[in-house]
Amino acid sequence: MPKDHGIGASPKRREDVRFLTGAGQYTDDINVYGQTYVHFLRSDVAHGRINSVNTEVASAMPGVVRIFTGADFDGIGGLPCGWQVTDKHGEPMKEPAHPVLAQGKVRHVGDPIAAVVAESLEEARNAAEAIEVDIEELPAAVNMKAALAEGAPKVHDDLSDNLCYDWQFGSDQADVDAAFEKAAHVTTLELVNNRLVANPMEPRVALGDYSRANDESTLYTTSQNPHVIRLLMGAFVLGIPEHKLRVVAPDVGGGFGTKIFHYAEEAFCTFAARQINRPVKWTSTRSEAFMSDAHGRDHVTKIELALDAENNFIGLRTDTLANMGAYLSTFSSSVPTWLHGTLMAGNYKTPAIQVNVKAVFTNTVPVDAYRGAGRPEATFQLERLVDKAARELGVDPIALRRQNFITSFPYETPVAVAYDTGDYVATMDKLEEMIDRAGFDARRKESEAKGKLRGLGINCYIEACGIAPSNLVGQLGARAGLYDAATVRVNATGSISVMVGAHSHGQGHETAFPQVVAEMLGIDESMIDIVHGDSSKIPFGMGTYGSRSLAVCGSAMVRATEKIINKAKKIAGHLLEASEADIELKDGQFTVAGTDKSVAWGDVTLAAYVPHNYPLEDIEPGLEETAFYDPSNFTYPAGAYACEVELDPETGKVTIERFAAADDFGNVVNPMIVEGQVHGGLAQGIGQALLETCSYDEDGQLLSASYMDYAMPRADDVPFYAVDHSCATPCTHNPLGVKGCGEAGAIGSPPAVVNAVIDALHSGGHTQVTHIDMPVSPGRVWAAMHG
Amino acid sequence: MTDVTMTVNGKPVTRSVRGNTLMTEFLREELRLTGTHVGCDTSQCGACVIHVNGADVKACTMFAAEAEGAEVTTIEGMANADGSLNVIQQAFQDHHGLQCGFCTPGMVMTAAALLRDNPRPTEHEIRDYLEGNICRCTGYHNIVKAIMAASGQDVSAIAAE
Repeated sequence: MPKDHGIGASPKRREDVRFLTGAGQYTDDINVYGQTYVHFLRSDVAHGRINSVNTEVASAMPGVVRIFTGADFDGIGGLPCGWQVTDKHGEPMKEPAHPVLAQGKVRHVGDPIAAVVAESLEEARNAAEAIEVDIEELPAAVNMKAALAEGAPKVHDDLSDNLCYDWQFGSDQADVDAAFEKAAHVTTLELVNNRLVANPMEPRVALGDYSRANDESTLYTTSQNPHVIRLLMGAFVLGIPEHKLRVVAPDVGGGFGTKIFHYAEEAFCTFAARQINRPVKWTSTRSEAFMSDAHGRDHVTKIELALDAENNFIGLRTDTLANMGAYLSTFSSSVPTWLHGTLMAGNYKTPAIQVNVKAVFTNTVPVDAYRGAGRPEATFQLERLVDKAARELGVDPIALRRQNFITSFPYETPVAVAYDTGDYVATMDKLEEMIDRAGFDARRKESEAKGKLRGLGINCYIEACGIAPSNLVGQLGARAGLYDAATVRVNATGSISVMVGAHSHGQGHETAFPQVVAEMLGIDESMIDIVHGDSSKIPFGMGTYGSRSLAVCGSAMVRATEKIINKAKKIAGHLLEASEADIELKDGQFTVAGTDKSVAWGDVTLAAYVPHNYPLEDIEPGLEETAFYDPSNFTYPAGAYACEVELDPETGKVTIERFAAADDFGNVVNPMIVEGQVHGGLAQGIGQALLETCSYDEDGQLLSASYMDYAMPRADDVPFYAVDHSCATPCTHNPLGVKGCGEAGAIGSPPAVVNAVIDALHSGGHTQVTHIDMPVSPGRVWAAMHG
Repeated sequence: MTDVTMTVNGKPVTRSVRGNTLMTEFLREELRLTGTHVGCDTSQCGACVIHVNGADVKACTMFAAEAEGAEVTTIEGMANADGSLNVIQQAFQDHHGLQCGFCTPGMVMTAAALLRDNPRPTEHEIRDYLEGNICRCTGYHNIVKAIMAASGQDVSAIAAE
């Protein structure tokens, strides 16, 4: 019988009612009295020298309040990067300036040149058309290999070249070389991890407000982590101390990573509001989003696997070019390095692994974390490679994986991480059961009878979530701690507000987090509310990304609740005239062990705020506790995925017929929400595999800047998914035993799709096709078949 | 500026609008009905779907002035008279058919239009009808399931709850 409340239950989401009735409060729904509107004039060329920006005519146009250009930001900080990567020679990465508005040069299509603040958006747009901009167009560095070539156009004139860093990581060179020298077989694969755009359905919005009365700035913004924005913008860009800066991220319409970062528009609106002493609002159009939201992925990789004569993996070597775009976005530098290289062991006990990554500046939009962030790139390489190896060796791809699985834990990989727990055999067993592998041959015959090909692709994945131990990431270059915080405020009548540093933008925290506190206290979930998204209401927080909310912030909430219980037991002991050590809390009742003496939760909370009969000599009145939680390790969700496709050899069109996901997320608080997270991740991974790509032409012109050109997955592109999370090995180091589920679907699904396509093609005799780059479009399939 | 009069969620409204005021702007800025969302510039995403004289329309594709005399329904007008969720809204909540909620108003309005014309749509018909509505969170699984459930179909055999 499934639970109907507390941990493990699936109560309906309480946030849904406002979203289903149009009562959600997204940033664009907020308007402040006297607000102005800003329109950014953006570069329409990839690379150019700004000779002049003449705003004289535009400034005189109706409704214009003020026009800002790069010159207005002289002496003001640029947008900072939050992670310092050290290259293989011990040198720090190159870190070029990233001004709020372009200064001297424009470096990508969409780089903001000027900002027109006006009484209405229409007037701002009209005036922007009257700005005279003289830009001398320069040759652009677009393709990464070309950008690294001698004599390539330099994105940043003050740097020696376009190489941000040359990073190497993993086992000793000699060990890796030895593995390849003694290998009985080496499988090599070159592949592209296609550039994507996160595309949360809510475009970004920033609304800056300023109160001259108390010298306070407020920024309403579409952020996954309002405190991080307050810290970065306040300390590094605008020089506003935290106590004079409030950042509010209300209902946020999806993030997927791209709303982690601190963006120029946020700094601009906050800055401009102080300059003109009026609120300034910016709402991104979708086209603007395509040219200003940080993009994701964009790796080009060569990967090699060494196997011995018994098909054991003995060595792995990767060589990746990672696109940074024109500037370093907030966490861009960490994605191809510490979030990617550390996952190259995958689920396998490969003893020698070396990861090489060159990060490259190009005249394109900055690239940063997108759902999975480094881990999808690692998984795609490895799981495509293992599949290719199985095909070359003529062995079953599942058997080859099983043979090389890590089976004892904890397991220290050659790439710095220590998996605390897992059971890859169990998830693979479960997957095989879910996909009815035995029935596949019959289904293939049915497809063939219709003139179609059918393929089955499987793969494993592992990810590192719950970022992260602060001392560890500090050593690796993170310029922030990655703990989280929660305050549990118990009111006199026993109702509770929990202020959490995590931010919910689709994940259902407002429903799931109270399940945990209710379980611990034995009270009804309806007595507990979650407060998030406002730096003035919550103590601190590093926000939501990297599948960390429950593992890190949830753990802080557990710790704070434990403090509440400890104090409440002291109060109960006083009221019951018993030792606190004898007090038990169950179902909202404090009982003296072994007796029928008890007081209710509400009696204790009331006593805390009306302390007439209260141990004032020992404890303070009130019942509110805060905890900061810094994890001791990452969490390691893992699983096995399968995709079955039908391929039309006449057109090359691939249709997903079945998709199954067997995940180990450790303990699960709300199964309904967890499954929903997996569904969404799967659609994004299938989107990457079959549909989506961000395209630039050779001049750096962005070709895919609308939904007319960028193929978002739609309802008829995807099937019903079979998902399972029953093979749970609880995380060993956080109090809830949870691992995180937000990114798994997007990490695990792309290789399953491509493996399935290759399998289908081979079944049709197209055995020359060993790989097709994503998106596996009909044109690419057809070309591979006939190429 | 032109005066335009229409009925929105059962209430008559008259406002003076410019000829180029989009229906989305009219609803969001003039009437402060912010449940109708704008997710793109090219009439692709469907976050702004409303009903105009009973037909499902992307509000970003029509001018406010074109709604002269029309009966307009937005997401704010979809709940039952007593304020409770209507059968489609309730099915979305019951089956976790929404996450961030941004596309949700458009999804509900589109689903309502579908079910009015086709009271028991197949999975294929639902997926086909949702062609003009993009959701980035749910992978559509629970949206399709919710719409099937709202039409009275048994969805218990569909994987995962």
